[in-house]
Amino acid sequence: MNWYLTDNAAASVRLEDIPEVGYAEFYDDLSARLADGRYHVAHYFALPADDRLRFYCLLLDDAESKVLLASHSLEYYEETALPSLTALHPSLHPFERDIAERYGVRFDGMPWPKPLRFPHDRYDRSSTMDDYPFYTMKGGSLHEVNVGPIHAGIIEPGAFRFLCNGEEVLHLEIALGYQHRGVEALLAATGNRLRQMCLAEAVAGDSAVAHATALAEAIEKLSGRGCPPELACERTVALELERMAMQIADTGALSMDVGYQLGQVACEALRTMTINTTQAWCGNRFGKGLIRPGGTDHPLTAEKVRMIRENVREIARRYDEVRRDIKSSPSLLARFEECGAVPREEMQRIGGVGQAARASGLARDLRTTHPWPSYAGPRPHDPVIKRQGDVMARLMVRCREVLQSAEIIGKLLAEYDAAGTRPSPDYAAPLAPRSLSFGLVEGWRGETCHVAITDAEGGLAAVRIKDPSLHNWLALALAVRGEGISDFPICNKSFNLSYCGHDL
Amino acid sequence: MIFPKIKVLRSHGKQYIPDLDAVELTTEFRGRPELTADDDRTDLERAAAICPTGALTAEPFELDLGRCIFCGECARRAPRNIRFTNDYRLGSPTREGLVMRPGQQRVEFEQAAVRPEIRRCFGRALQLREVSAGGDASVEMELGATGNVNFDFGRYGVGFTASPRHADGVVVSGPVTANMAEALEICYEAVAEPKIVVACGTDACSGGLFAGSRALDRTFFERHEVDLWLPGAPTHPMIFIDGIRTLLGHKRRE
Repeated sequence: MNWYLTDNAAASVRLEDIPEVGYAEFYDDLSARLADGRYHVAHYFALPADDRLRFYCLLLDDAESKVLLASHSLEYYEETALPSLTALHPSLHPFERDIAERYGVRFDGMPWPKPLRFPHDRYDRSSTMDDYPFYTMKGGSLHEVNVGPIHAGIIEPGAFRFLCNGEEVLHLEIALGYQHRGVEALLAATGNRLRQMCLAEAVAGDSAVAHATALAEAIEKLSGRGCPPELACERTVALELERMAMQIADTGALSMDVGYQLGQVACEALRTMTINTTQAWCGNRFGKGLIRPGGTDHPLTAEKVRMIRENVREIARRYDEVRRDIKSSPSLLARFEECGAVPREEMQRIGGVGQAARASGLARDLRTTHPWPSYAGPRPHDPVIKRQGDVMARLMVRCREVLQSAEIIGKLLAEYDAAGTRPSPDYAAPLAPRSLSFGLVEGWRGETCHVAITDAEGGLAAVRIKDPSLHNWLALALAVRGEGISDFPICNKSFNLSYCGHDL
Repeated sequence: MIFPKIKVLRSHGKQYIPDLDAVELTTEFRGRPELTADDDRTDLERAAAICPTGALTAEPFELDLGRCIFCGECARRAPRNIRFTNDYRLGSPTREGLVMRPGQQRVEFEQAAVRPEIRRCFGRALQLREVSAGGDASVEMELGATGNVNFDFGRYGVGFTASPRHADGVVVSGPVTANMAEALEICYEAVAEPKIVVACGTDACSGGLFAGSRALDRTFFERHEVDLWLPGAPTHPMIFIDGIRTLLGHKRRE
């Protein structure tokens, strides 16, 4: 089959250049390619175009660092069902569910035909959060445990239903959508590019830098304005600071859940130090306002470079002590090891991404396979991989990545030229009309993808966002199978997935 | 294995902030804006035109902190008219109190607007139930941080509970999505009287970036009085701590 071949550094693509094929051909070719572990789908979505619904697919080839684009289409009011690809490749379930939910497209043989996020513009308005079709089982010794949508801690909402046999979890189903704010619709409705960037930063507040970078990349590819090396360096430092802050936060959260208070308070203090470093740079602890298309409002000064380097060195030193303490505490290892394991094959089948996938032995890291234009870290990036796929492996990936990020920041800032050119943001650069571009960025959770499509005047006609959580929620559900229900909190924290990033 | 623990402890040292009322944030922090009117309105009009949430208006010259996400763009476009200070004392018992006008040197805290039972019942202990209704996790993490080893808000008897039955009030974050509206209402109903409502974050105060989205249902704020409005995207822990302490009468804003 004919795919449009590009990569994460190339310019935008004109919509007419993206090959349109019949669904049968698309189905055969994509399912054959997905059988090979080197491919995975970064995004697959539908958009109304005139009287048709056009489906776009972004396929990543990890071996060749390529991005493959193709499309197929359907008459808008066509009633025939499409054979489901999810039936063969479960990794496609969120995409097919999204398309079905928004546009009423039916997928034949779809094994899990359930709502995804109950968006405000869904096809079937009669389907509501309250009647989410939870999976049920009958049996004398089985019982159900309902949790949510409001959880015990200060976190976002989502409904979890456990099917248990005594203490043992047989199945966990996660119903999301409570956080749906209509981000994609708002992005397309405004021509104010600053507002678009602010919306991207709010997709998931703990990944503000990753999401903003992804949208900025997509916009820069459309405008053809590249990113000078000093700016690329700053963006990479911001992204790695965000990664450090969140990996440290989750180390603290895991420590809290097993009653390891020393690790908890040490990590709380270290996270404060990390986000305060970001705040001293740009005025916001989450890096909001730092990433802007074509330039920056917060160019690093020599003094700030020194401040960041010193803080990062100190954070890494102290964090490494916590890491050593965890590894030398048998009572912690007993809780973390062999708990909530997701084997490599399973992770591959469900399309897991990011640090959770790396903890299961999948070498998925966009910094290695698909570095984006403004990624300034070492090439090739050496991803942190663990094999066990359990809570301990996910924790150890976090530990190693904090130290690795600190090293990347240290190297970048050692060579940083604070006198270099860093232009002001450009909110008015004209965008290529009738084109598609994407930003693929490895955030701390994993693969963050923004696809922007422009209209005839060069305005954003649609933006489709994918947070890595979209894939990894299913991994959490699988991780707790067979575990005691009391192990759910540490399994959950070991993933720490985003609700709002999923619900958009 | 005691040695690694001693090492962690020694490096950790003492982390808590001894006097929360004396905290001064970095000068980079964008807190309370200062507005200065002058005859030439060109810059101001350009700034108002790009404001991502419509918080800034040139005529009349006002900046509504309940809609402001503190991106700072207006201060770059109209530096003669708008300057962000690092003042985190932004909370107000009235929604109107969040609207900043030229010459104003602080966010007014209208003492008369505070219901008397708040200070009588909660002055010495206040337990809150946080409900995220479309929050992007940043406000939630900042609220979590108020109780952490640095800020330790618990020292004043203020904290968060797991159950609304144990709570004296509800803190709402996020613009309140339609999908979360019912759960928020149920949670509010489950809190015993007397109770307070805190709108935490710009999204909660006005919808913020999401104001006008069809995915929202903000009728909660039409049905229930809000006792404390706290702007911020996200709300820095000090904005929350200062706001609650001023509400409870622990401190005055002068």
